[in-house]
Amino acid sequence: MKKDTIAAISTGMTSSGIGIVRICGDDAFQIIDKIYKGREILSKAATHTIHYGHIVDEQETIDEVLVMIMRAPRTFTGEDTVEINCHGGTYVVKRVLETVIKNGASPAEPGEFTKRAFLNGKMDLSQAEAVIDVINSKSEYALQSSISQLKGNVKKKIKEIREAIIYHTAFIETALDDPEHIDLTGYAEQLREVAVDLSKELERLIQSSDSGRIIKEGIQTVIIGKPNAGKSSLLNVLAGKERAIVTDIEGTTRDVLEEQITLKGLTLNMIDTAGIRQTEDIIEKIGVDKAKEYVDKADLILYVVDSSRVLDDNDREIMELLVGRKAIILLNKSDLQTATTKECLQEALQMVPGIQKEQACNLPMIDISAKEEHGLDVLEETLQEMFLHGEVSFNDEIYITNVRHKSALLDANNSLKKVIDSIDMQMPEDFFSIDLLDAYEALGSITGETIGEDLVNEIFSKFCMGK
Amino acid sequence: MKYSANSVWENSDEYDIAVVGAGHAGCEAALACARLGFRTLLFTISVDSIALMPCNPNIGGSSKGHLVREIDALGGEMGKVIDQTFIQSKMLNQSKGPAVHSLRAQADKANYTKTMRKVLENQENLDIRQMEVTDILTEDFKITGVKTYSGTIYPCRAVVLCTGTYLKARCIYGDVSSNTGPNGLQAANHLTDSLKSLGIKMYRFKTGTPARIDKCSIDFDKMEEQKGDEVVVPFSFTTNPEDVQIDQVSCWLTYTNPTTHEIIKNNLDRSPLYSGKIEGTGPRYCPSIEDKVVKFSDKDRHQVFIEPEGLDTNEMYVGGMSSSLPEDVQYAMYRSVPGLEHAKIVRNAYAIEYDCIDARQLKSTLEFKNIEGLFSGGQFNGSSGYEEAAAQGLIAGINAARKLQGKEGIIIDRSQGYIGVLIDDLVTKESHEPYRMMTSRAEYRLLLRQDNADLRLTKLGHEIGLIDDVRYERLLEKEAAIAAEIEREEHTNVGTSKEVQELLESYNSTPLTSGISLGDLIRRPELSYEALAPIDKGRKELPADVAEQVNINIKYEGYIKRQERQVEQFKKLEKKMIPESIDYNEIQSLRIEAKQKLSEIRPASIGQASRISGVSPADISVLLVYLESKR
Repeated sequence: MKKDTIAAISTGMTSSGIGIVRICGDDAFQIIDKIYKGREILSKAATHTIHYGHIVDEQETIDEVLVMIMRAPRTFTGEDTVEINCHGGTYVVKRVLETVIKNGASPAEPGEFTKRAFLNGKMDLSQAEAVIDVINSKSEYALQSSISQLKGNVKKKIKEIREAIIYHTAFIETALDDPEHIDLTGYAEQLREVAVDLSKELERLIQSSDSGRIIKEGIQTVIIGKPNAGKSSLLNVLAGKERAIVTDIEGTTRDVLEEQITLKGLTLNMIDTAGIRQTEDIIEKIGVDKAKEYVDKADLILYVVDSSRVLDDNDREIMELLVGRKAIILLNKSDLQTATTKECLQEALQMVPGIQKEQACNLPMIDISAKEEHGLDVLEETLQEMFLHGEVSFNDEIYITNVRHKSALLDANNSLKKVIDSIDMQMPEDFFSIDLLDAYEALGSITGETIGEDLVNEIFSKFCMGK
Repeated sequence: MKYSANSVWENSDEYDIAVVGAGHAGCEAALACARLGFRTLLFTISVDSIALMPCNPNIGGSSKGHLVREIDALGGEMGKVIDQTFIQSKMLNQSKGPAVHSLRAQADKANYTKTMRKVLENQENLDIRQMEVTDILTEDFKITGVKTYSGTIYPCRAVVLCTGTYLKARCIYGDVSSNTGPNGLQAANHLTDSLKSLGIKMYRFKTGTPARIDKCSIDFDKMEEQKGDEVVVPFSFTTNPEDVQIDQVSCWLTYTNPTTHEIIKNNLDRSPLYSGKIEGTGPRYCPSIEDKVVKFSDKDRHQVFIEPEGLDTNEMYVGGMSSSLPEDVQYAMYRSVPGLEHAKIVRNAYAIEYDCIDARQLKSTLEFKNIEGLFSGGQFNGSSGYEEAAAQGLIAGINAARKLQGKEGIIIDRSQGYIGVLIDDLVTKESHEPYRMMTSRAEYRLLLRQDNADLRLTKLGHEIGLIDDVRYERLLEKEAAIAAEIEREEHTNVGTSKEVQELLESYNSTPLTSGISLGDLIRRPELSYEALAPIDKGRKELPADVAEQVNINIKYEGYIKRQERQVEQFKKLEKKMIPESIDYNEIQSLRIEAKQKLSEIRPASIGQASRISGVSPADISVLLVYLESKR
């Protein structure tokens, strides 16, 4: 069910050092009371005052914050408003927003603050067109980003879960509409198993959507590059020990090596791969194939280029792996004479089939020398920028980062749990379909699908009804 | 015969409202208009066929039973008539939650027709006229009267169209087709053209009915007997339950088998449905047996219900086997069913095609958007079923009368009743098949129970003027009694006395460790209000319907509250009205699809707009902002 109180990050997901989470609506104060620890109770605080304290999610303290309390009607939207000024970068701000949502707010629809402000008479009527433009442009952006976030696996998984839900709902409903035809005896136990399974799958999706994962579990990082470009040396330097076999002979790393590395609080699960090049050597070929497989699953690709040599076809083939992925290009061997410059690389990147101009221009390129441990600090900073301040997005398709998606997943899971509760309480079958449909609707909001006539269509197409 | 009335004359009997058609919609419409004080003329093609049930011999069923209860709560007639004429009754879904309990009664068809006709004939302000209406007369898109086949003009101020399946009706089986309405009754072949000339968009729908078989030719030993309930619950809130405890007749259950399916499959090429002879769109929920066999080919049997058509006839309805296959195939297929080996067909199964409208041309009051004073209800609006028809007829009739009273039309919203869901779906959503009520269509069904239809709607019925003061007072008393008893149960505590623990034990319920309210005990799945009677010392004897409400309201409190919160949200958007004069093309930022859909349907409220397929949440936001800026 759509709640009346909304929340969003109102500073945008930039790399600025501070972020503001805005809560707006009737329950704004009630929600802040639940998650704020400080000297006073904020619902009792005077309007337009600022308070120092902490945001807590159950036992866990998330951030040290300043909270601004503004009572209706003297606020932007004309409704009770709370603004939480957070310290952290993107991750912390997101955690704060998630906590707010967990405690009763809905993620704001695109342009919803502006819309409310207008509908509550806080804006000049002549601004209607401008307000409409905000709503439209934001909706379009939200739709695009929502769809682009939702790739392959997740979409497929959600679709499967929805299909299972609607099938079972339709079965119950058919039985209710045609009770002399379909008997529901023993069906509840069967549905319980289904609901438990679906709930587990949703929980898996929710976990993977947790933006804290990168802190807890690390970034899946793959090092790729031509043989002897210095991949293993890089890994060794970062890991601080001789892990891979490093020789001057091309193609020494025949298997894939894994190493967990912590850089300024960021955990990287580093995978060193065999140098990618056309090869007939069978053992090495397996390594190459495996590398490509790892690339598909990675959150981050570190592409090591030997800058002392000129680019060749193998490099161009490697570049194709970067299309649409989060990657950093490392120009290694900066201690030697430069044969490949950033400009050369940039030019080569532009030529890669399928690459977006934007991505080609914005791929970070860093001069390093693994041997002399030079340029590593720049790499660290870039990683920080990418994963802690910048917009967090993962290449791995199973991760959903969008807060709205996560909130919808949580709603869907709660609804499924209610189904299980109802079954355990031996409620009649017609109660199940109410919560099943809620779950169906919540999941549909992720994929942009509504219920519409789905249930009726499912009933007619899957089950034989009739007088 | 050539259609032309040589002489035209004007009838001077001064009618206010003309109702066209005396089926289930027309009867309710005419009664409502007349009871609200308007001189009403009810046209029918055959007076002998008033309130005819040309298909299944029953009233009610899942969700349809709800409609009948709501019709009754508003002051309609259907529930009262079926209570007098039923021959078997069942409360369906009794093992399920209260929201889906639904009454279904087998009717004595002839008696139903006769009884309803008597009600109409004795109704003050209401005249019945056997005549085909051929033209709807308007001036400046406002109703001025109707014209009949005989050339007579009946001036009036409002018209309610309830033509059912009669417009350009055609009945078909095999390669035999006749241009008649149901049961061989005369079709109405002229009105469609008049409606089209008024700019009304017509659809062609299809439905069907099974054969009727002579009871004497059926071997009931091979079938399962289906008896009625031991204690019958009446449909009408005004019927004394004692009056419906009658001797009931049985229905019978048998099944089709692979032989039946083989016969059908071998003759599909002779079915007008599959050969393209039928152009109308048939309903998916009431498929012909040939559809079932084709679509669900994995099933090796389908249920067949043999139901009596009345007490004074030997005709039996073969439920589940409607068909439009040729006559010889019908004989073969019915006779392949156990118990029907020697079946003698009295009437063939047939499919029927008819003209109806795209109901999105109607307002939620069931008045045409482009013709003032023209209302419509029933199968003409693209629905199916007697109950759906009656519900719309009642609302169309009420609103025609209110139009003449200068009052705002009555709109029952989706949170108030199945009637609201039915009408909202019809006027908002595009449908390509006859619309049937289903409980899954009602999103607030926990609140829209058949047991509380009076509590939901009788006040409104009183306000409209169809419920008298006596009945209204009784309702208020019932309401108060329910509230007081719920309050008492929630605030009466019982302790860990031996008597209490023993009672709990007898229901396999966990014993108490400390005091608890009776309300909390009622909420335990294994207990109920009734079960607690022995330990509830302060309880006074209450009427059964009051006790039922107390039990349901306490037991399902959590769910009910949740739905009530959803309804609050729903009402917010429902209350935001869109002015009729709005020009969607003027709103630049609406997407083209939204502009088209909104211009076509012209929703009355933001809520209704949000239910139109193709209108996105962003469009709704844009619309809200636009409306605010125009205020």
